[in-house]
Amino acid sequence: MLQTPSQTVGPYFAYGLTPEQYLYDFKSLSNNELAKPLNEANVVTVVGKVFDGNGDVIPDAMIEIWDTQHQRFGRFGTGTDPQNRFIFHTFKPTSVGGQAPHLSVIVFMRGQLIHSYTRIYFEDEEELNAQDEILNAVPADRRNTLIASKNAAGYEFNIYMQGENETVFFEI
Amino acid sequence: MSQLIYNTFDYEVQPPRLAPDYKSTVLRAPSKPLVVVKQSLSELTGPVFGDFNLGEFDHDLTKNSIKNGEPMGERIVVHGKVMNENGRPIPNTLIEIWQANAAGRYVHKVDQHDAPLDPNFLGAGRCMTDSEGNYRFYTIKPGAYPWGNHPNAWRPNHIHFSLFGANITNRLVTQMYFPGDPLLQYDPIFLGVPPKGRELLISTFDLSITEPNFALGYRFDFVLRGHQATPFENV
Repeated sequence: MLQTPSQTVGPYFAYGLTPEQYLYDFKSLSNNELAKPLNEANVVTVVGKVFDGNGDVIPDAMIEIWDTQHQRFGRFGTGTDPQNRFIFHTFKPTSVGGQAPHLSVIVFMRGQLIHSYTRIYFEDEEELNAQDEILNAVPADRRNTLIASKNAAGYEFNIYMQGENETVFFEI
Repeated sequence: MSQLIYNTFDYEVQPPRLAPDYKSTVLRAPSKPLVVVKQSLSELTGPVFGDFNLGEFDHDLTKNSIKNGEPMGERIVVHGKVMNENGRPIPNTLIEIWQANAAGRYVHKVDQHDAPLDPNFLGAGRCMTDSEGNYRFYTIKPGAYPWGNHPNAWRPNHIHFSLFGANITNRLVTQMYFPGDPLLQYDPIFLGVPPKGRELLISTFDLSITEPNFALGYRFDFVLRGHQATPFENV
């Protein structure tokens, strides 16, 4: 049988896919808390923006995060934060199946007929990152696009759809 | 331990990243080649919503946001099966649904199309496939609406869907269209799909589920990415 073709999520997904975040009267399937920020020592915040080919911040993207280790899923649109950031509270994974700690990311937006897959790795896991099979499958000069930088508040991970720093997207 | 290897996207039917006639792809489509990677545990797992507590009327968009009466428009019932490429039905999988109202207006705050909102219609819903992969929901047939892609551009009537399937390689967001819609031949989003895939996005009118004196029936099947027939050992 032939796969059903993908179509864009479009600009008006919010009341269907992220209703509570955008204050619509419909129960959300999921939100940006893969783990509760309170009383969990290994919960971190990952924040970022999505940029288009002109370097403009994209205010109508939807980001999904999958943490296979903890079997947690999160979803957040970039339309509610004043800076159009996505913000996730998540367990910081540890090494799973010999891979460096990472989160799987699925990116949706108007202007994408088919979603994009990427991964978030962590800057302070240098040793494990150096041995990671998937990071090593990426050209060396692009690996940094997959690595979240650490700051006082947590981690920052920006997604560049195009341009010099274009994020690595995967065919999985 | 053996593990199934899932098929990648089939670009004979899947749209490309860049489709210049759909103008917003120009600055938003990845421009560098995708990096092909071996599927790991991360790709071969995914969220499961089989026990998500569906609301009583989540599967009935004609009822789930009634304020003071019935929503306006043509009541329809949509059904079908969720399968994978191997033809295997996918039971207990969640389908998310969203759409415009009968006048072609989305509830979304940034939709400024000069058509009326319907106080009794949100346009969002959800349903779960049964043990044989079948689903069914009720809604109002969505209207066409104008958009800014090119002069006099109108989106054909469509319903948006989001599905999860077996793992994150199975993730699907798509749109279902209606048979005989004259706008399809002008729509760069529909036409972004290669010719071989286009028919797969058009529902069929189904008299067998049309409910007398109540709702017209349409059938639409979903086929998610499948896997190779033989599991590979310990890959």
